[in-house]
Amino acid sequence: MTLVLAIFAIMLIPFAAAGLGLVHAGLGRSRSAAHALLATICVLSITAIVFVLVGFAWTGYAGGHSYSAITGDVNWNWIGAGPYMANGFGSDEASQQVALRLCFHIFAVGLGGVIAIGAGTDRWRLGAICVSSAVFAGLTYPLFAHWVWGGGWLAELGTIFGLGSGMIDAGGSGVIQASGGLTALAIACLLGPRRGKYGADGMATAIPGHNIVLVLFGCILALVGWTGLNAAGAMIFYAVAPGRVVLVVIDTLLAAAAAALAALSVTRFRFGKPDASLTANGWVAGLVASSAGCASVTPSAAILIGLVAGGVVPYAVELFELKLFVDDPGGSISVHGGAGLWGVLAAGIFAAVAPGMRGPQILAQLVGVATLLGFVLPVAYGANWVLHKIMPQRVDRDGDYQGMDVRELGAGAYPEFVVHSDEFVPR
Amino acid sequence: MKLAGCLLLISGWLIVLAALAMLPDFTMRAAFVVSGLAVEILGLGLIARGQVTEQRREQALKQSISGMGSGTGFGGYR
Repeated sequence: MTLVLAIFAIMLIPFAAAGLGLVHAGLGRSRSAAHALLATICVLSITAIVFVLVGFAWTGYAGGHSYSAITGDVNWNWIGAGPYMANGFGSDEASQQVALRLCFHIFAVGLGGVIAIGAGTDRWRLGAICVSSAVFAGLTYPLFAHWVWGGGWLAELGTIFGLGSGMIDAGGSGVIQASGGLTALAIACLLGPRRGKYGADGMATAIPGHNIVLVLFGCILALVGWTGLNAAGAMIFYAVAPGRVVLVVIDTLLAAAAAALAALSVTRFRFGKPDASLTANGWVAGLVASSAGCASVTPSAAILIGLVAGGVVPYAVELFELKLFVDDPGGSISVHGGAGLWGVLAAGIFAAVAPGMRGPQILAQLVGVATLLGFVLPVAYGANWVLHKIMPQRVDRDGDYQGMDVRELGAGAYPEFVVHSDEFVPR
Repeated sequence: MKLAGCLLLISGWLIVLAALAMLPDFTMRAAFVVSGLAVEILGLGLIARGQVTEQRREQALKQSISGMGSGTGFGGYR
């Protein structure tokens, strides 16, 4: 029963990737729409293969082989030591459980890899996207996933240091979303803004998403995918009983709903009318923030988590775009990075814990946040900086004006009915 | 400046790890974990400052080119 339900839940996760792909394509320019969706497919393909070849060996699983570093009497479980290329699966029940984890990770790492596309929309070359996502699937994700889901030191904070139940992250607010969002931050900083985004006077020019219908439909698809993601993560890594999975689904929906309404209200009061793209960002931020604590918070806490995530996202998007000059067309940094970190922290604040364990649990979550900022972000930035030096990740100047579709794919996504007066005009 | 920010991020994380490994008391551990996070936030601030400085420099360059009459400046795409 649990195995079948877990497989069913895992099979829903691609809807989340499809939803994010549509959101990114819709929030970018029409002349880069096909490129954005093709990049999504490429990332899902590359990450799946790289993760099976290398990543799963380092991710490992709780109770599996791993390498540890011993300092004093503390045993730091750093990295998995499984077989490469996912070899060695038998037909016994233990092998089935390992295969189930591998299956979950393949979809999860793909979802995490897709996130950065939103920050690089309209200027990130397809070849660079593939190489960067390979690094994500082969290095960044496996290490952090091992620490949280593979019996690593973050998962063991409770038993080694008495910090509650160790870091809680059932659906991957930290492992998938914040990792992807921080990688998106590195990518956006390295690529620089789209040409025309900031004028010579430093004022940001609005470059609205080309198809808000795609964006909003992507949000609905993402909900389906996220219910599967959270349910599967809760069952596989935290042994949540099938009967309680319904609560996971309810929490996920409530967080997204509260976040969307919060973003809608904030934009309504700030701009006079609700902003559809920021509301969509709010919805996804709610889904992101719901993940970490989905298996252990009450529905009312899920609403609170969503309200904060959705309420903050419009301000975060504005901060990055207007104050920090970080051009993030899909809002990936705020939505996945910001809301992901909030989700990790919120799990410590709201999760059901043993009496007297609230403080230690929050501290465990803070250690997780510190690790994301102090390990994942520098590794993502450093690795992509090296890649950028070897093969420039940004498209050339002509490509910036022509659009990624014509420049890299040879044809536009809407060849018959979109004409830009400024198309191909050098400035 | 961005490099210094990245180094501060790593330093903050190492403070957190050191606090876990070396301090037995929960209160002291919590204080040092929060301190490590504060160092990381300083690092983020430095990276943000580096990003803003870099972009301002590029804008100044654009403005000087535009002032020489060899460019048209930038406008919206739509």
